[in-house]
Amino acid sequence: MRTTRGRHILSGGMIGLTYLAAVLATLPLLLILWHLVQKGASSLSIAFFTNMPKPVGEAGGGMANAIVGTLVLIGIASAIGLPIGIGAGLYLAEKRTTALAYTVRFLSDVLNGLPSIVIGIFAWEFLVRSIGHFSALAGGVALGTMMVPLVTRTTEEMLLVVPTSLREAALALGYPRWRTSISVVLRTALAGIATGALVAIARIAGETAPLLFTAFGNQFWSTSLREPIAALPLQIFAYAISAYDEWHRLAWAGALVLITIVLVISIAARFVTRSRFGAPVD
Amino acid sequence: MTALPAQWLEKDRRRLRVDEAAIGDRIYEVITALCALIVPALVVAIAVAIFAAAWPAFAKLGLSIVTSSDWDVAGGYFGAAPALFGTLVSAAVALVIATPLAIGVAIFLSEFSPAWLRQPVGFLVDLLAAIPSVVYGLWGIFVLIPLLREHVMPFLRDTLHLGSTPFFTGPAYGPSMLAAGLILAIMALPYISAVSREVLLAVPRSQREAALALGATRWEMIRDAVIPYARSGIIGGIMLGLGRALGETMAVTMVIGNRPEISASLFAPGYTMASLIANEFSEATNDLHLSALMAVGATLFVITLIVNAIARWLVWSVSRVRAR
Repeated sequence: MRTTRGRHILSGGMIGLTYLAAVLATLPLLLILWHLVQKGASSLSIAFFTNMPKPVGEAGGGMANAIVGTLVLIGIASAIGLPIGIGAGLYLAEKRTTALAYTVRFLSDVLNGLPSIVIGIFAWEFLVRSIGHFSALAGGVALGTMMVPLVTRTTEEMLLVVPTSLREAALALGYPRWRTSISVVLRTALAGIATGALVAIARIAGETAPLLFTAFGNQFWSTSLREPIAALPLQIFAYAISAYDEWHRLAWAGALVLITIVLVISIAARFVTRSRFGAPVD
Repeated sequence: MTALPAQWLEKDRRRLRVDEAAIGDRIYEVITALCALIVPALVVAIAVAIFAAAWPAFAKLGLSIVTSSDWDVAGGYFGAAPALFGTLVSAAVALVIATPLAIGVAIFLSEFSPAWLRQPVGFLVDLLAAIPSVVYGLWGIFVLIPLLREHVMPFLRDTLHLGSTPFFTGPAYGPSMLAAGLILAIMALPYISAVSREVLLAVPRSQREAALALGATRWEMIRDAVIPYARSGIIGGIMLGLGRALGETMAVTMVIGNRPEISASLFAPGYTMASLIANEFSEATNDLHLSALMAVGATLFVITLIVNAIARWLVWSVSRVRAR
């Protein structure tokens, strides 16, 4: 039989271990951010944002085309992912118990968990292989596909937070159901849906694997949807595995820019919701 | 004489408005249902695309793609068993490291954290999931691998004398299964801890109060009253983390060393299915090679699909209990 004292010591020890786990779990993030700032900041300059990549040995190369390419890809992905995701979210919130709703809910969670490289293969098969060349459009479709399940689920969640009384009030005033949904329910949940959209964008902005088979990367300036396009994550990858110190420095600078974009979007998403609902919802 | 038709007219107009509303509702319903239908359509399209691309290789080589360990591009023979092995081992290493940490954090946040720490710590752990995988890879190459090569690997092998076991032997190059496992552990951690925290918070207060009232210490309350209640949800979270670890591509490609060999030692370089595809895709020399890579992708698709489906089912079974 263990003594009360022993049990309390064990309890204190285990609680201490959970504190230790919290420290150990936050440490990698702080370390990564620290190293990014330390190694990336010194290579950042105006030229990094305005210049094109330069061959090995030439100083002053930049990632202007990759930064613009990433923005183009995010644009295409959002144009595909946001309307479909929000529409599907509306369906799930309104027809909660149909067979289609259960299927969609389950499959969007499954889709959400599929490796991004698998989604890259999908876009490659339909939009690269059959057409014959890599393109920005294929990259955007791959990223948009990844956005759909994310936006669907957050939209549904946010719509369910809207009080039923609001919907009933609008219906009682003679609004048709579709107008109630769009101008009352959807509008009330807008801040939450915007959060979901921002989180989804932050998530795909740094995706690399699906772009290997689709957008492919481009050393030159291109914003055409039918041509291969450069992207920040692809450029970071190419430079990181290269053998040149100069390119390694550029990779760190690129990573610092990428993480800044992603973190600013993620943190903005937190604050959009906080101001609306009082506490972050995720 | 004139009053009656005006009334009729009014009635007609009203009916017309109702009809318009009904048409609007109908259009709205069809559009949202179509959007919803796109989700299952995408899953089917992904499956079709990947198996269509993989078919020539499966037809020619059969299941030896996943059972043979002979990957010979020139000879036209493709066996990706080392990549399958590497995928499973790196994910297992990741889970062994990440699971206790993630559950520890989740317990900390749901039970013991001072109120002022709860938000910031939760936020920092969540942010781990937001870091792009290529950034993890970059950090892995230039920070983690040198650290492993110069300090951690010699320490494990020589100071702790783990070199006598088959798992920590061989030269410490740096790029290795261990490096991949560690990076994956960091990447899987936020997923496991987020789900665990959620299910722990779903455990009713009465469960905790009853345990404390019976004289349990706070740890005994967690162990005997809270965790059993949340168990299947936590396992679901671990499965979700597993799904992430199995399919992760860029970070692993950058640190695992990309050598198609099966070795028991975690110090040895390896390969995963995802990194094999990412690495060889651009240099695929012929159609069979390309198709073999797609067959590896198809295998990965099936494995992650099953893992995710089980994970979701487990998490749902807990939230159903909560709803009841």
